[in-house]
Amino acid sequence: MSDIAPLSFQDLILTLHDYWGKQCCAILQPYDMEMGAGTFHTATTLRALGPDPWNAAFVQPSRRPTDGRYGENPNRLGAYYQYQVILKPSPPDLQELYLGSLKAIGIDPLLHDIRFVEDDWESPTLGAWGLGWEVWCDGMEVTQFTYFQQMGGFDCKPVSGELTYGLERLAMYIQNKDSIFDLAYNNATADRPAITYGDVFRENERQMSTYHFEVADTDMLFDAFKKATAECENCLARSLPIPAYEQAIKASHIFNILQARGVISVQERASYMGRVRDLAKGSCQAWMEKNGWTA
Amino acid sequence: MDGKERMDGMTDFLLELRSEEIPARMQVKAKEDFARLFNDALAKAGLAAASVETFATPRRLALIATGLPLATDAVSEETKGPKVGAPPQAMEGFLRKAGLTQDQLIERDGVYFAVVEKAGRQTADVLAEAIPAIIRAFPWPKSQRWGAGSASTESLRWVRPLQGIVAILGDDVVPCEIEGIISGAATMGHRFHHSGPVTIGNAGDYVEKLRNAHVLVHFSERCALIRDGAKAAAAAAGLTLVADEGLVVENAGLTEWPVPMLGRFDPAFLEVPQEVIQLTARVNQKYFVCHDSAGKLANAFVCTANIAAHDGGAAIVAGNEKVLAARLSDAKFFWEQDLKVALDDQATKLAQITFHEKLGSVADKVERVAKLTRWLVEEGIVGPCSPAQAGAQPANNDSSDKVLDPGLRRGTQELADQAERAARLCKADLVTGMVGEFPELQGLMGGYYARAQGEADAVADAVRDHYKPVGQGDDVPTAPVTVAVSLADKLDTLAQFFAAGMPPTGSKDPFALRRAAIGFLSLLLQNGLRCSLKDMLLATGARNSFDSLEEFLVDRLKVQQREAGVRHDLIDAVFSLGGEDDLVRLLARVNALQAYITTAEGANLLAAYKRAANILKAADGVDAATPAPADLVAEERALLTALDTAAPNAAAAVDAEDFEGAMAALASLRAPIDAFFDGVMVNDEDPAKRAFRLGLLARFRDAVHRVADFAKIEG
Repeated sequence: MSDIAPLSFQDLILTLHDYWGKQCCAILQPYDMEMGAGTFHTATTLRALGPDPWNAAFVQPSRRPTDGRYGENPNRLGAYYQYQVILKPSPPDLQELYLGSLKAIGIDPLLHDIRFVEDDWESPTLGAWGLGWEVWCDGMEVTQFTYFQQMGGFDCKPVSGELTYGLERLAMYIQNKDSIFDLAYNNATADRPAITYGDVFRENERQMSTYHFEVADTDMLFDAFKKATAECENCLARSLPIPAYEQAIKASHIFNILQARGVISVQERASYMGRVRDLAKGSCQAWMEKNGWTA
Repeated sequence: MDGKERMDGMTDFLLELRSEEIPARMQVKAKEDFARLFNDALAKAGLAAASVETFATPRRLALIATGLPLATDAVSEETKGPKVGAPPQAMEGFLRKAGLTQDQLIERDGVYFAVVEKAGRQTADVLAEAIPAIIRAFPWPKSQRWGAGSASTESLRWVRPLQGIVAILGDDVVPCEIEGIISGAATMGHRFHHSGPVTIGNAGDYVEKLRNAHVLVHFSERCALIRDGAKAAAAAAGLTLVADEGLVVENAGLTEWPVPMLGRFDPAFLEVPQEVIQLTARVNQKYFVCHDSAGKLANAFVCTANIAAHDGGAAIVAGNEKVLAARLSDAKFFWEQDLKVALDDQATKLAQITFHEKLGSVADKVERVAKLTRWLVEEGIVGPCSPAQAGAQPANNDSSDKVLDPGLRRGTQELADQAERAARLCKADLVTGMVGEFPELQGLMGGYYARAQGEADAVADAVRDHYKPVGQGDDVPTAPVTVAVSLADKLDTLAQFFAAGMPPTGSKDPFALRRAAIGFLSLLLQNGLRCSLKDMLLATGARNSFDSLEEFLVDRLKVQQREAGVRHDLIDAVFSLGGEDDLVRLLARVNALQAYITTAEGANLLAAYKRAANILKAADGVDAATPAPADLVAEERALLTALDTAAPNAAAAVDAEDFEGAMAALASLRAPIDAFFDGVMVNDEDPAKRAFRLGLLARFRDAVHRVADFAKIEG
């Protein structure tokens, strides 16, 4: 790798915080709700709308119930961590800033093959899309790099640049580990070995996989989905885009669990996703109206 | 710039548009578009370059034009005005339009002319205007806004953010600006191998200056490096590279300084079907694969890096090996999981997948295809042996020619059972983990899983190949089980979509029905499958729209046969007779017709037919049965005699499918009809003679129509 010792998982996060904090990003905390990706954080979704400049960076715990593997697959998790940076408007040297962050975490671009490979991003549940790349490091996708063009069905004016780092993948890379669960979470000291990612999360993966695939009460979830959509509409009727949006996030997560339980047929899938998209779009529209912005 | 070029008033021009990484798949087309837009802009200004060369890398699109004049020529444009003495309004209008006064006009031969002298323009000025226009007009398949300017949706769009413009005519920068990007002489070298700007002096040093900054701007040079380097990397390991020109181009579009390197993977992964390994290496990672000396897939790959790493690439290879190992272990997981579930159980899940909202689930389709497959076999349309063998079978016994000999019947039953079995399994792989991950492997994986669960080879082969042929040029199946399933699958798709009122329209063919039709026709023709089209369509169980589907299929037949040189008008000439909906027989007739009609004799007969048809068209009350008058001339007698023989002979030959014989029968009419036209006046004054002669022509026409409607034949 390089001369310095590889970063632990926690130091990876701290290094990125330090780096992006120095680039005038507000270092935010995770959104305190279950969500599938950092893009769902209001600091990304809602702040990508409207004309106001906005620079923020944060870790977002991301839950993907269908990706759970009971802690047995060395490359897959049902819950993982994304590091998200959003810069609005996208600065002219965004690629250079990003490459600077890779150097900061110990990746030497003359030793490792860094590539920007076409990958257009689309979130059907957020009514959002953008153009950009997946960034490869020696053939491994380590970051999604996107210029948002639309969010919630609205043109982004101006365009935000969004960087989403897969923290576990990056750490596996930096620490040269073959299993996520073997990652050093913190740093070893003279009298104490480092705790591993597995020490911290493997049991969570086991139990949450069992819950999502076998146990979750589907009647309760279908009911909760219905209630969340109703509550979202209730909030929209009162011009409260943020609480409305939270209900959209909730509905989206419930839908993801129902998917993992295998109770949503292929035909129904599109219609559920459409419902979530309508809620997210409605929230974005209410947010635009509340701020007095026009499409 | 050398002095010689200056002396002849010509110079070279360099234009580079530098951006963030341009998708690899767009670069080749972008080069073409760039040259076209540039040449158009020159032409509009009355300029032309001696040559235009284009370059593309992930980070730049560039163009060098040589032999450009420094300025456009002055032109004198003359516009014709009113005549001397024309009304004053006409003169006023002309002067206003020309922006001149009457004393500035020139008079010549009693007409006024306005002459406008247009001064030549500096080429630099023309280019300064053209560059922003070219950028704005660039037809990227997908483009985006970015940065502070994107506060307006009207802001510049480019494939990815545009970073810089180098525009140099001769040795001078052509000044221009678009959205705050100002042209200059500085560009950037390789993203990691070169820091700081690279200043270009003129078009002549562009390629070399960038080469020194670790950028190979020639797309073809990078392709050659990758092609040869990958081959050499494999050879150095004692392996043979599996050539893949698509990957060469893609990797050239992802690199400015390509370095191919060989990596390895755990040989344990080789138990996964090799197509899966090849696909994940190719599609997900853009790696080449290699064969060992026995021609088998080797546990090695070649990746293409964009840097000459200072450790010689060891870290890069190690990283890529790890990524591929993770992907292959995913594939191995799917392979092992899928093998645990019988295809029959997978097939039950097809009820959950919509085929089309109007046409039910995939399970519904499978049910229809299974029935149709069995029908195709039981009707003898697809037989246990090839048609050639079938023709050699002994004549049937006297009791009933419907009864097949017992051996053949057993063969048919076995074939029907296997074909139906294959049909019932053929879509089951759609719900397997592997096909979910790699949809391109549909069919192929089903074949593997079928074989693994002990299905007969014929069944597994049919599951694997039943999508074939995919479009013209693909291999056409010949194994009976495969042919039956493939034919039924396509027939069902065609009949169902047409019956539901969803045929292709114009350029829109969302269900790929044209491709299905070509596949269907290829299967029929290549295997010589004999059946009435109508019977097959009825057997699909779909209703309606068969006329339009038949027409559609005949249209596709014309397209498909064009390549083989079969004339579309001849297909029409036979098809329009009606009653011929056995496409194999139709084509045999068309081929015989084409062989004859393209001879001098055939052309003469066609001319005689057209002459007869024209005369008949002008006449009314023609009766082919008009009795012969007593005093027949020799030419009449000869034609009458010839028709008496030729008409039944042609009909009998067609019935016996002896189409050469039918042509020979027609050919026997050629001399008598020519002699008839030479020696006889059809429209004789004597109404009886006239009626008989018209009747003769009608009989001639009818005889020809036993073979084809010659009126449809062109020429």
